[in-house]
Amino acid sequence: MNEAQAMDMTSDAIPRPLLQVRDLHIALPASGDRRFAVEGLSLDVPENEIVCLVGESGSGKSMTAHAILGLLPHRVRIEADSSIRCEGVELTQLSDAHQREWRGGRIGMVFQEPMSALNPLQRVGRQVAEALILHEPALPSSAVKARVIEALASVGLPDPAQACRAFPFQLSGGQRQRVMIAMALINKPRLLLADEPTTALDVTTQKQILELIKRLQAERRMGVMFITHDIGVVADIADRVVVLRHGKLVEAGSRDEVLLNPQQAYTRSLVEAMPGRQAARGKPASQGQAILAVEGLRKTFRSSGGLFSKAREVVAAENLNIEVARGQTLAVVGESGSGKSTLGRMIMRLIEPDGGRILFEGRDALSLRKDELARYRKDVQIVFQDPFASLNPRQKVGMAIARGPIVHGVPHREAMDQACALLERVGLGAKVANRYPHEFSGGQRQRISIARALALKPRLLIADEAVSALDVSIQAQILQMLGELKQELGLTMIFITHDLRVAGEIADEVIVMSRGRIVERGTPQAVLVSPQDAYTRQLVDSIAGASFLGRLSQPA
Amino acid sequence: MKEFARAFLRRPSGVLGLVILVAVVAAAASASLLYPHSPWDIVAAPFVPPGEEGLLLGSDSLGRDVAAGIVHGTRVSLMIGVASTAVALLIGVVVGAIAGYRGGRIGGALMGLTELFQSVPAFVLAILLVAILTPSIATITLAIALVSWPQVARLTRGEFLSLKEREFVQAARCQGESGFSLVVRYILPNALSPIVVAGSLSIATAILIESALSFMGLGDPNLMSWGYMVGTARTMIRQAWWMSFFPGTAILLTVLAINLVGESLNDVLNPRVVRE
Repeated sequence: MNEAQAMDMTSDAIPRPLLQVRDLHIALPASGDRRFAVEGLSLDVPENEIVCLVGESGSGKSMTAHAILGLLPHRVRIEADSSIRCEGVELTQLSDAHQREWRGGRIGMVFQEPMSALNPLQRVGRQVAEALILHEPALPSSAVKARVIEALASVGLPDPAQACRAFPFQLSGGQRQRVMIAMALINKPRLLLADEPTTALDVTTQKQILELIKRLQAERRMGVMFITHDIGVVADIADRVVVLRHGKLVEAGSRDEVLLNPQQAYTRSLVEAMPGRQAARGKPASQGQAILAVEGLRKTFRSSGGLFSKAREVVAAENLNIEVARGQTLAVVGESGSGKSTLGRMIMRLIEPDGGRILFEGRDALSLRKDELARYRKDVQIVFQDPFASLNPRQKVGMAIARGPIVHGVPHREAMDQACALLERVGLGAKVANRYPHEFSGGQRQRISIARALALKPRLLIADEAVSALDVSIQAQILQMLGELKQELGLTMIFITHDLRVAGEIADEVIVMSRGRIVERGTPQAVLVSPQDAYTRQLVDSIAGASFLGRLSQPA
Repeated sequence: MKEFARAFLRRPSGVLGLVILVAVVAAAASASLLYPHSPWDIVAAPFVPPGEEGLLLGSDSLGRDVAAGIVHGTRVSLMIGVASTAVALLIGVVVGAIAGYRGGRIGGALMGLTELFQSVPAFVLAILLVAILTPSIATITLAIALVSWPQVARLTRGEFLSLKEREFVQAARCQGESGFSLVVRYILPNALSPIVVAGSLSIATAILIESALSFMGLGDPNLMSWGYMVGTARTMIRQAWWMSFFPGTAILLTVLAINLVGESLNDVLNPRVVRE
């Protein structure tokens, strides 16, 4: 769609655009991999509407927000004929002093990481007050206090006076994000920019924060520009959608137009990549013999108390009993702190359990001798979550894959040949074997990690949040590849994830964990459609875009 | 490697340090060519000012050539600096690696030992060791190494503690790598840049300690060194300033050069700085 059309469409549908971006070009420094971070972008944010800016990492969506706020990094600049107008004022021409007035004053902003956006050494009340005082220096301190408490109350913090006195570390992630929202809104801005505000949060908290933003937006008739990569979130919150790719606008329109009837192939692929689109499986895979059985597994983490502090205990596993049949895919679902990753690591014997048994093909994995443990770990392999942390930065990727077989006695040449074949199989080509990890993207690194795990020809593969750090379309590709490999190699898989939608798509059986206990287990169909436990029900209700998925699957 | 060299050469202070350092090393290598006679030989009248009687930097109280002393002293300073740092790195990395990787009781004991060494002021300990062992180039090197390894050990332990929890190390463990292989192939290469930088700075400290020991008369009596020259000249600084000024300048320039190179290495080995 060209610019003229975009303007036509917006001008007849929306009476008063609050924010008008026209032909925005953001130039990157000469050494960058492309010339423009954002190229010729035009969009409107009308008042009383939420506009979602959607795109994968590197699409330029955050750059756009930073350009609006005048927060572009050093050496990145806006080209001369770009225009950003807010309430009729041209923001690109403002002096630094005027920009500060707009930033946090008439334009509020919320960032992704609630953990790092607050000053850890200052009480929350003071930080919120600061935003107010900067823009209204003449306000008497009693009035400031009243406004701060009012703001904290409006974002749904249960005891605003108490929250005022708290330090950031005393609040949960969701509460911190509420504080950030209170701070952004205390000057009653007309426009709110939210940059992935829920990405770092658990699903249940994400749902609450999304509802909060929607409610505040409606109450104050604000315009909101909401940046996200999650189509599910878009479906839940957006009035209009703007899709970006490589810094260019792909498609724009109302939510239903774009999501239900996408015109561009790229938008279609984004919608299709949304996990949970395929119906969850109802029938369990044919029950074979158990390859892995976990019996009464227990683990409690204790931080030894200091002289003045009490020892803290976190229960990561409380009497866990799990059975995985050969060839089955078991999904372990839970929020952060539920003990799901600890379970994976205990099976790998990276963390020693306090008690219980782990039986692999009938043998107790916890009482293995050193050489037996090496053989056990050959049969059971793991793929970690963070593709950037799980490869040795000083080791060529071919070597990273070949090391396992070499350690287990395969001759060097043969192991390297196998590594090349595996790289071929995971879609990277044998030529890349001589490169170092930093030359690859996140999705490519995850393919390398998978190849590394498969090099030992394991029978059980544990995938610990293996796709959580990836963009949705990449996530879909990796999941598909894992599925194929599982068929080819006859693997059994334990898939640890926080995302019920992903679990529903690939698993034969789902286990839901909370605080070290299994609260529900069953087929994906049963768990997703008719959850029995209250906690599971809450998780299922929190799935972003659930209602939209329902509409998608209905026949047109 | 090419990229590394290019990044280093982009730093003017590092290049300056490198140029001085190369000149110092060249002087040490060609000392017997430049001044074939022993630096202890009397070649002129005492207290000849610089530039007279064919002596570039003058002569000292016994008529020895100051320039010859400085050039030959370069060998001693560099030798002791490099050798003592090599020994300190060897002890420090091994102790730090074991303490960081194993932890537990062994690690605690090793760190206790490290702290024991650190609780005595380094220079006092060095004086004590040299005085007990009788001064020679070997005992001085050993003494300096024994007071410099604790820093390296602490640094190495810290790096190991954080690296051993990283996912790539865990993944390597799952691949069946032995403990030794984990340390040598996975943890150490990633801990190397701060250790290299600490080592380069510790060469400069070693040169200073040796000079100070020689200044106090605890140097190797058979070898001409910068610290010895400054030490014997100090009572005559008003009559013959050049006797202490030139060896002092040599110490200053060499230590400065090594510090400049060390700091540039620190920048270049830090991947975030290179990418800029």
